[in-house]
Amino acid sequence: MTGKTNKACIEMAHGGGGRTMDRLITDIFRKHLDNEYLSQANDGALLPKTSGRLVMATDGHVISPLFFPGGNIGSLAIHGTVNDVAMMGATPLYISASFILEEGFPLDDLEEIVRSMGDAARQANVSVVTGDTKVVEKGKGDGVFISTTGVGVIEDGLAIGGDKAVPGQAILINGTVGDHGVAILSKRENLEFETEIVSDSAALNGLVSDMLAAAPSISVLRDPTRGGLAATLNEIAGQSGVGMLIEEEKIPLKPAVSGACELLGLDPLNIANEGKLVCICNAEDADKLLSVMHAHPLGKEASIIGKVTQDPNNMVRMTTMFGGTRMIDWLAGEQLPRIC
Amino acid sequence: MKYITEFRQKDVSANLARAIAQEVQPDRTYRIMEFCGGHTHAIFRYGVQDLMPANFEFIHGPGCPVCVLPIRRLDDAIELAENHDVILCSYGDMMRVPGTKQNSLLKAKARGADVRMVYSTLDALKIAADNPTKQVVFFAIGFETTTPPTAVAVKKAKEAGLSNFSVFSNHVLTPAAVGAILDTPGTPDEPPVELDGFLGPSHVSTIIGTRPYEAAAQTYKKPVVITGFEPLDVMMAALMIVRQINEGRHEVENQYTRVVTADGNKKAQALVAEVFELRDSFEWRGLGQIPNSALKLRDSFADFDAEKRFDIAPKQSREVKSCECPAILRGTKGPLDCKLFGKTCTPETPYGSCMVSSEGACAAYYSYGRFRADQSEGKVA
Amino acid sequence: MCLALPAKIVALEGEDMAVVALEGVKKSVSIALIEDTQVGDYVLVHVGYALHKVSEEEAERTLAIMAEAGVLTEEVRESLGEAS
Repeated sequence: MTGKTNKACIEMAHGGGGRTMDRLITDIFRKHLDNEYLSQANDGALLPKTSGRLVMATDGHVISPLFFPGGNIGSLAIHGTVNDVAMMGATPLYISASFILEEGFPLDDLEEIVRSMGDAARQANVSVVTGDTKVVEKGKGDGVFISTTGVGVIEDGLAIGGDKAVPGQAILINGTVGDHGVAILSKRENLEFETEIVSDSAALNGLVSDMLAAAPSISVLRDPTRGGLAATLNEIAGQSGVGMLIEEEKIPLKPAVSGACELLGLDPLNIANEGKLVCICNAEDADKLLSVMHAHPLGKEASIIGKVTQDPNNMVRMTTMFGGTRMIDWLAGEQLPRIC
Repeated sequence: MKYITEFRQKDVSANLARAIAQEVQPDRTYRIMEFCGGHTHAIFRYGVQDLMPANFEFIHGPGCPVCVLPIRRLDDAIELAENHDVILCSYGDMMRVPGTKQNSLLKAKARGADVRMVYSTLDALKIAADNPTKQVVFFAIGFETTTPPTAVAVKKAKEAGLSNFSVFSNHVLTPAAVGAILDTPGTPDEPPVELDGFLGPSHVSTIIGTRPYEAAAQTYKKPVVITGFEPLDVMMAALMIVRQINEGRHEVENQYTRVVTADGNKKAQALVAEVFELRDSFEWRGLGQIPNSALKLRDSFADFDAEKRFDIAPKQSREVKSCECPAILRGTKGPLDCKLFGKTCTPETPYGSCMVSSEGACAAYYSYGRFRADQSEGKVA
Repeated sequence: MCLALPAKIVALEGEDMAVVALEGVKKSVSIALIEDTQVGDYVLVHVGYALHKVSEEEAERTLAIMAEAGVLTEEVRESLGEAS
C-alpha cells in the first residue's frame, strides 16, 4: 500500500485549518461518512432528544499493520466502538472520530480507510456525526491513529455488567476464537506465514439486539479483544467474585488458527478477537439463546462453553480435550512466540 | 492436524490411564523426572497428572534452556544490546527473562536498545544482510535440537561473507545434565533427588538418537524412555517406564519411534561438529559448573563468535535471595516450597527463570495448576 | 522443550528451502538438515528448520500400541472375572 513515488500524501497543511484541510474533509471524510449530522458542519453535532439512559464508550486505535486480511484500522475502529457500546446492552447510535495523521501518509490509503469506516458504520446502523483531523510531523506517528467515541441508549430494565455473573449460570460465545490475532500475526515481520485466516472484525450490535430480545435477563456481555478469551473470563470472574469451569472441546476454533498457534507456540485463548462476544446468562435461557445466535450470521458457530461456579479464588478452570483439568490464566504481557 | 490430534485422543487416554492404574504396584511410589520443559508444559496443559494414579509423581527437570541459562550470560546478552551498538536477535523465550536487578531484553528494548525477536536463525541472517553497516548478534540458546539451526546459520554467514554477523553461543548438551542431576550430592537442607526413572527428551533425541542415554541408564541403573510431546505419548511412556521399574530393568526405550531413531540425524550432527566444539565447562543455573556440557564456535569460525568480537565486561551477577529456582531445576524442591512463589514472584513480576519460561515448573504450575494448591497434599505436580 | 510440529511439505524452494503446510497455514522452512525431501513428506519443524522426517509406519504402529494397551488390560480383567 505504500512505496509509490509521486502519490499524493498528507502534508502539514492538511491539519492547518485552512482551505487544504477543508478540501481534505470534503473530498475524503464527508464523501464517505456523510449523514444529516455530519453535514451540519459545525464545531459539534446537534443530536435529537433521546429518552433512556445513555451509554458512552471510547477507544484509541493504533494497530499495525494498518491493513490486514479482513479489514483495516478504519473498519476496526467502527466495529470496536460499536461493540463496546453494544456490550453494555445499549443500541449504538452516534460515533465521533478523531484522526491523527502522519505527514507523508498516502491519501489513497486514507481514503480506503475512511471508505471502510463509512461502510462499517452504515452496516451497523450508526452515524459518524463529528470528527477532527490533526497532522503530526513525519516520524511522530505510525501512519494514522484513530480515536473513536460512541454513544448509545439502553432500555430500562437491563442490568448487564462484569460483576453480575452468578454461580450456576451458563457461559456462551458466538464463534471461533483467535482469528483476528492470527490474521494480524501473519503479516508481522519475521513471522510471515501464508494463511486464509481473515480477521473476524465485525459489528455485534445486531446480534446483541436479537439476544436481548430473547433473554433480557442476560447478566454479562463482553468482547474478548486484547488478551483473548482467557483475559475476559478472568476479568469477569474477578469482578463477579466467582469461578468458572470451561470445556475445551466446546470452544469453537478454526483448524487453521489452531495450526498457526501450534507452529508458533501460542495459545488461542490468549489471542485477540474483534467480532466475538462472551455472554453469561441463566442456565434455563442458554438453549434458547444458542438458537437465536445460530440464526444470526455472526453467531453460526455459537457454543455453550461452560458454567459459572462458586470459587473463593475466582479461578477459571478448564477440562481439557484430553480429559484432565487445567487453569486458564491470563498473561502477564503480550504473548510471544516460543521455541521451547 | 495429522500426527498431532491422533495423539491427543481422550478415549485412548482413558484406556491408557486404566492400564497404568492396573500395573502400578500399590505399595510404592514411582518418581519419574520428565527432563524436558516441553513435557512439563504438556503435562500441565492437558492435565495429564489427573489421569495418573496417586503413587505416580512427575518430578520436573531442568530441560528448559531458558531456565538453566545462568544470569551472568543473560546479563552479557543485555550488555551487548545496550552498550555495543548491535542489533541483538533473540528467540521470543528470552525476551522477558529477568537478569540481575530485574533487567531484561524487553526492558532494554523499551529503553532504546535494538533488540529484535526472531523465529529462526534465518531471520537473523536476513537482518544482517539488510543492515550491512550494523553489527548483528544472534543470542543462541537451546539444547541439541536448536543447535543445528545455529550451525547452518554460521556456515551460511561464512559462505556469504556476512562479516557483520556473529553468534553468542549458549548451546548446552542434555546427557551431561542428566548425569549431573543424578550426581548431585545432597545437603542437610536439600536431600538428593530420589528418582526412579526418566522420560527422555523428544526432539533432542531426533538429533542425537537414543544411544547417548545408554551410558547414563547403565551407570545410574535408571530406566529412560524417550518420549514424544503429545499427551498420549507421555502416558504411553509412563506405562513403559512403570513396566521397566516393576521388572527391575534399566534400559533405554524409545516411545517416540515416529521421529527418533537409535542414530539420530547424522547430517545435523555432522554440521554441528563442523561448527562447534565442546567447552571445558559451563555453568548451568541450579546445577553449577558441568564439564563438557556446552558448545562454543570452533577456531575456524572464530570470526563469527560474539565472545571474541566484543569485549564483554566481566560482571557481578546475582541471583535473587530466596529464589529457589536452582533447587526446583534439580527437582529437589517444588514451586510451593519457594517463599517467593505466587507472592512476589508471579508471571507478571518474575524473579527467576522458572517463572518466566512458559515451561518452567513455576510458570506451568502457576498458570495451569495453582488451583490444585487447595487440593494437594503438598505435591509438586 | 524444543517445540516442534509435524507438518507436510507442499513445495520445494531453491536448494535448501521448502514450504510446509499445517491446516492450510503455510510457512517457508529450511530443509538443510535433512536429505531426500519430497513433496508430500511429513517433517518435524522447529525454529524454521525441518529436523527429521516423520515415519508414517511408526506413527501407525505407535497408535496401535496405545489403543491396544487399554484394551488388553480390559480383556485380561474380564477373563479374570473382575468387575470393571
